[in-house]
Formats: sequence, C-alpha cells, structure tokens
Amino acid sequence: MSTAPRPPLGSAASAVPDSPASPAPEPRAIVELDRIGMEFRHHQVLRDVTIRVPKRQTLCVIGESGCGKTVLLKLMIGLLRPTRGSVRFDGHDLNRLDSFELNQVRLRFGFLFQMAALFDSLSIYDNVAFGLREHALFDEARIRRIVHDRLREVGLPPGIEAKKPAELSGGQRKRVGLARALALDPEVMLYDEPTTGLDPIMSDVINELILQTQRTKHTTGIVVTHDMKTVRKVADRVVMLYPLPRLRPDEPQILYDGPPDGLEDHPDPRVRQFVRGEAGERLSELTQGRG
Amino acid sequence: MDATASASPSETEGGRPTPPSAPRAPVEDSPVRRLGEQFFNAVAEVGDLAVFSALTLMWLIRRRPRKATLVPNFYLIGVKSMPVVAVTGMFIGMVLAVQTHGQFKLMGMETRLGSVINISLVKELGPVLAATMLAGRVGSAMAAELGTMRVTEQIDALDVLGAHPIAYLSGPRLLACVLLIPLLTLMADFMGIIGGAVVSIQMLGVDSYHYWAHSRDYVGGLDIAAGVVKSYFFGGAIALIGCHRGFNCSAGAEGVGKAATEAFVVSFVAILFLDFCLGLLWNKVELAIWPDSGTLI
Repeated sequence: MSTAPRPPLGSAASAVPDSPASPAPEPRAIVELDRIGMEFRHHQVLRDVTIRVPKRQTLCVIGESGCGKTVLLKLMIGLLRPTRGSVRFDGHDLNRLDSFELNQVRLRFGFLFQMAALFDSLSIYDNVAFGLREHALFDEARIRRIVHDRLREVGLPPGIEAKKPAELSGGQRKRVGLARALALDPEVMLYDEPTTGLDPIMSDVINELILQTQRTKHTTGIVVTHDMKTVRKVADRVVMLYPLPRLRPDEPQILYDGPPDGLEDHPDPRVRQFVRGEAGERLSELTQGRG
Repeated sequence: MDATASASPSETEGGRPTPPSAPRAPVEDSPVRRLGEQFFNAVAEVGDLAVFSALTLMWLIRRRPRKATLVPNFYLIGVKSMPVVAVTGMFIGMVLAVQTHGQFKLMGMETRLGSVINISLVKELGPVLAATMLAGRVGSAMAAELGTMRVTEQIDALDVLGAHPIAYLSGPRLLACVLLIPLLTLMADFMGIIGGAVVSIQMLGVDSYHYWAHSRDYVGGLDIAAGVVKSYFFGGAIALIGCHRGFNCSAGAEGVGKAATEAFVVSFVAILFLDFCLGLLWNKVELAIWPDSGTLI
C-alpha cells in the first residue's frame, strides 16, 4: 500500500500546512463535494465541506460519532441531497440529474452498508443477483456465474446461496453485502463502517477484502470508519471530520486531510486524541452536558 | 494547522470564552404555538401522503410490478387474510341476528330479519369490518415490515441497487390490496349472510321461506356493488397509509412500533371517513339515476 504524501485535496488544505505543496498536477477527481452543507430540521451536521476524491484512491473518513460521516457517504451517492453546495460524480452534478440519470450514476457505485442491509425476504443468491436482475443486464445463466464468482471472491461457500440473511453471522452478512455491492463491477466502492461489530479476525478479513477489491478491480474506495486499524491498512488518504457543536463558527469541519502516517504526530490535539482513542476531558464534558 | 484551527473549542479567544456555536433567539413555547405546530405537521403529513400516493400510482403505470414481487403480496394479503375475514364476517351476521331479533319480534316482523341483516352486511358492515380487519392485519404488518427495512437501511440499499423503493415495495402492495380486498369483502358478506341465516332460522326459529324471500326482495345487486366499490377505496387507503408510515418510520424498535400503530389508527379513521363520503355520494348517484328508489333502512 502506498502511503506517499499526496497534495491536499480538500477545502481544509489551509488546516494542513504541514503537507508539502506539490508541483504535480492534481489528478482528476471522480467524486467531488463542493462546499457541502447539510441540515436536518435545523440541526446542522455538515458545514462547508469540500472533498475531492481522485480515481483509484482509497479515502478513509474518520471522526467521532455524529460528525456526519455516514451523511457524507449518502450525499456522495445521491441518497441525500445537500442543503448547500454540490456533489459531482465524474463531472455530473447529482442535484441536476433526474431519477433515471441518477439510477445510471448509481450503477457505477457499490455501497457496503454498516449492517450490510441485506434484504431479509430474499435468499443470499437473490440478494447478490438483485442489482443484476433489476437492470436486466444479463441472462440468468450469466447472473448465476457472476453470483458464484462474487461469493467465492469474498470467501463464502456455494452452499450459502439458499440461506436467508437471518441465518448468517455478522461477518458472513458483511461479506454477502460486499459481494452484492461488487456484483455490478462498480467504479467507486463506498464502505460505511465495514468492520463495526466484528471480531478482530473478521475485521481484518474485511480489511483484506477492501484491499483485494482495490487491487484487482482498481476501484476508488471511500471508507467511513472509527477503526484506526482499517485506516492504517487500507487508506491512501485520511479526512477527519469534527462534530459541529464542538467547533467554533469560524473553524473548518475538516481537521485533517492527508496521508495516514501524518495522523499520529499532528499538531492538533483533537486529531491525536481521536487517533490514540483517548477520552481526555470528554467524560467530564459529557457529564456536564457539553458533549 | 493554523492557530485558529488547532485551538480546542473550549479555549478562549482574547481572554473571553467563545461559545461553540452562535446562540439562537429564544422561542416562546406556548400552547397556541404547540397547537399551531401540530396543525402544521398534520397538514404537512397529509400533503406528504398525497405526494407518496401520486408517486406510487405513477410508478404502477410506468413500471408494471414483476410476478416475483406480486405473488408473495397477493398470497400474504389475500390468501392469508381469508380465515380471519371469514370468521369476522360470520360472527357479524350472527350477532346482528341475535341483536335485532328481539326488536323485530316485538313488532311481529321477525321474517324481515333477513333483509335487515343482509342489507346491513353488504352495504356497510361487511366492507367496513373486512377493511378494519385488514387494516389491523395487513396495514400494520406493511408499516412494520417497511419500517424495519427503513431502519436497517434496506430501503437505501434498494435505491443504491437502482430499484426505486416506491415502485418495488409500495406498488405491488397497493395492487394486491386494491384487487383482493373487494374479493375478501364479498367473502365476508357471504359468511355473514350464512351466519345470520343459521342463527335466525336454526336458533331463533324464523321461517326460512320468508327469511330468504324478504332478503331477495330488499337486497339487490346495486347494494352489493355499493359495498364492493367502497372496498376498492378502503384497500387503496390501507396500502398507501401502511406503506407511507413504513417509509417514514423513525429509528429504532420504538419507531417501528409507532409506525405500525399509526398505520392502523390512521387507516381506521380513513376507512370511516371514506365510508361516510362514499355512502353520501352513492346515495346521491342512486337518487339521481333512480329518483323513486328507496332503501329499507
């Protein structure tokens, strides 16, 4: 995994002056968030966030619970519309697309949900085949072959196909979710907390699968995670978001945007505190209602 | 990282404490304000349901549901509801016979029991009670199922995989309810007529010839049609309200439970409201076409 420093790509470039300026031309971004703001019923979650993700980069988005990481992921695929700013995929502004065009764009994404989001009423086979059937891309024989291939790639035996999601363990469900996301050969894979709720071994299996996907399918990856092992293993670049209620109005929400090896010694104590998993003053803040 | 960005939010600027965010103006919390908010929310909810209904109809026209999604819904809504609707219908007929027999006997009109029971059943009680049973069984189940799908991100997954959730989930359920609830209503009517006849003739000793003769004289095809036409609207309301509540379910087990309860309560009120409106409309149409027509009750 390359961890060479890259030029800062986010709006928080000013927040990372220790990243060296590079004369190399900025690679073309496939996903671009431009000055995004997001509010839910007067509750602001994201403020003025700009992130550009170049093709084939694996970006990890980290931050405390409630800082807007999952919202960010859902904005990228058009599941949510931003209150302010624009989201572009391969140059297309998602806000300007009609539902048919948005569907076409989504075909180029794969999404691994936090709890896998497998369809309870369908078998594992039908879950993985769902997208292929929905878009009538192939005949059933071809679909069968693709389903077998994807399940094999994520290390699941053929006998699992007839089972229902409720019969699987957490790790198996995540792997089926990954197989379903990869069935349509996406260009961009979005991972929402891929290792949450898994044991350390299964977490590493998922990390390996993310790396394998990146290597063999040359996908762009955007991983939302709390898990620093995942960050160290899969990330080319890390963006750290901070919860808005804990920021001053003039502070950027992106505290860090750079390579993973710059996290540990970052001058901002909030970045170091998160990376090291230290509570610091948080418990007393929480008990005083300032969390 | 510059000095501003690296400062912790609890730090001070120029010696003065800096609030974490701009303070909002205090909002007066009065009963009038709360009432206004509730009214506004109710209007918004009705508007949202109208938009959801329009989208469901639009998707039904644009994309016919697949057999694989239709058949399970037809089975769950139609076949699985038959026993409960049949039993409900039969008991309604039996209870009507028991409750009305005493009054009619006092007037020496017990042979007319059949007409009263049967017209009550086919015009009002059959459709309304069959729909109420289905609102409890099917509407709540839809809200709970779709609500669970919402909170476990399965609805988002449908979107991501390019299947429009309203087309995939709401369309087949609406179609199954609208097409099958009229049939279930007819079955409730039939079972009620049988139940009423059995109690009246076998238990209460009403003469069977006159019982059926009066039934035939006072209950016509139009009366049966009135109940069946209403049931189409009831079916549509149950499906749309159940799906809408499910799609807008709030997070957690409490949210799913609330969605299921709301689906039943709102469906029940909608059934009664529609019954009243359609009853008025039907009477006006009937009188406009047949000015001399009258009803027994």
